[in-house]
Amino acid sequence: MVMNPVPEQPLLAVRGVTLQYKTKDHLVTATYRVDFDVQRSDRFILLGPSGCGKSTLLKAVGGYMKPIEGEIRLKGEAVTRPGPDRMMVFQEFDQLLPWRTVKENVMFPLRATGRLPRKVALEKAMEYIAKVNLTGFADNYPHTLSGGMKQRVAIARGMAMEPDILLMDEPFAALDALTRRKMQDELLQLWEGTKFTILFVTHSIPEAVRIGNRILLLSPHPGQVKAELNSDGTDAEDASGRRLSDRIHTMLFSEREIEPEAAHV
Amino acid sequence: MSSPPLTRPEYVREQVEEHDFGVVNKPLTAWERIYGNAALRKVCILVILAAIWQVYATHLDNSLIFPTFTDTMKAFLGRMASGELVKKSWTSIKVLLQGYALGMALALVITMLAMATRIGNDLLETLTAMFNPLPAIALLPVALIWFGLGNGSIIFVLVHAVMWPIALATHSGFMGVSNTLRMVGRNYGLGGFAYVRRILIPAAFPSILSGLKIGWAFAWRTLIAAELVFGTSSGSGGLGWFIYENKNVLDIPAVFAGLFTVIFIGLLVENLIFRTIEMRTVRRWGMHS
Repeated sequence: MVMNPVPEQPLLAVRGVTLQYKTKDHLVTATYRVDFDVQRSDRFILLGPSGCGKSTLLKAVGGYMKPIEGEIRLKGEAVTRPGPDRMMVFQEFDQLLPWRTVKENVMFPLRATGRLPRKVALEKAMEYIAKVNLTGFADNYPHTLSGGMKQRVAIARGMAMEPDILLMDEPFAALDALTRRKMQDELLQLWEGTKFTILFVTHSIPEAVRIGNRILLLSPHPGQVKAELNSDGTDAEDASGRRLSDRIHTMLFSEREIEPEAAHV
Repeated sequence: MSSPPLTRPEYVREQVEEHDFGVVNKPLTAWERIYGNAALRKVCILVILAAIWQVYATHLDNSLIFPTFTDTMKAFLGRMASGELVKKSWTSIKVLLQGYALGMALALVITMLAMATRIGNDLLETLTAMFNPLPAIALLPVALIWFGLGNGSIIFVLVHAVMWPIALATHSGFMGVSNTLRMVGRNYGLGGFAYVRRILIPAAFPSILSGLKIGWAFAWRTLIAAELVFGTSSGSGGLGWFIYENKNVLDIPAVFAGLFTVIFIGLLVENLIFRTIEMRTVRRWGMHS
């Protein structure tokens, strides 16, 4: 395996980021001084149990909240607010605009940001809809699609914008196990085609091992970096004969004995 | 330990070919199709109501108290043909549309203010709490002093009748837009009016539409009442004035014809305009509750 030299400036640099948010009667520290770098074409996974602040971290990268300490830089520019250079795919099925067809949903950000004229935007939208195998449904309204199809539209919409980085917040978590498995394969195929950069949040170890090439492990309450690991998608055994998923499992759950979590695939 | 489960043979089945099925889909019967038509069902209800009216009024046999359906229709068609009712209706509708449009625009402005700032939100909540329960018609005497005898005062009262319910519905619609959709909108870098127009208004459209319907009904009631109270403004007068005038000359079938016109226009607007909007938007998008 040939290692590419690490470039001077990462695509996304997260430096000492502490995030806090207020609930009704608490000030919660979600993450504490988290550092990591995402390089171009990474499939970078944020993995951790619930309460490790991974989704909050993703929101911060998305520009929806400001760190109280540290900074987040995309291509050297500090992130201050949401923008179409960091397209987000959410977990919820209701992220598509119900008043627009599949085609219009994918076109919408292209048009709303004034990036492309109508005709070009339409062509580009159809190109990405074809990539997620939904050409036959381009004129359907979202409420007529299944959950997996909606997520595919959301991914097509994110990719059509050709953002610097695609942020995915547990996009397959609400899908059934069979569909989820299929979507993971499709995402990897899409990545093979365009080599876009993904920042992917999940709480499923098998999903992280399958999708990611680099996995950041976070510990809970508050989220702190525990490890950063490489993955080749096959859950390979290391020199000592342990599978990657076992190593992750031990690292995440070593301190306390935790009832085995239902296996997500 | 319980006994081990029985071992059963595995099997794989061939699928039955499509043409071997008895029924996959078959057309509905004529009656099922007729009954499935909402417009037809509603027409049926209207016919039955008219029949009850006719039977009761014939039985009562006093056209000064309750004229029959056929007498009312005769008066209605006669006045329509002479153009009197058409003209009066048009006068009313013209004023109504002005007040409605103005009220709608103001409602949108105040709701956007409420969405933009916290103090705007407080303002909207306080103002709707104050003015929504206040019958618009109660403002008419004051309006007459401020704007004089003319369309100005009626429009003022109409705006008052329309604005608060629409603002209230729009505001609650905006507040109910899911957080995911909001984040999606902001992800595209939308802000200000573009954000309201492209995300909030469509996402809140079911509430906005019901607000518009309520506003429309309030406007009609207020307009007819206002015309009844102070009658004609610019010589011709509207439907309310028509009803009032004919009551004075005891032409009760014409009074009923006037009331019928109000109902008729209401049905028309509900079933043609609002229904079409609903079909083209909320239902098509799968957003109706």
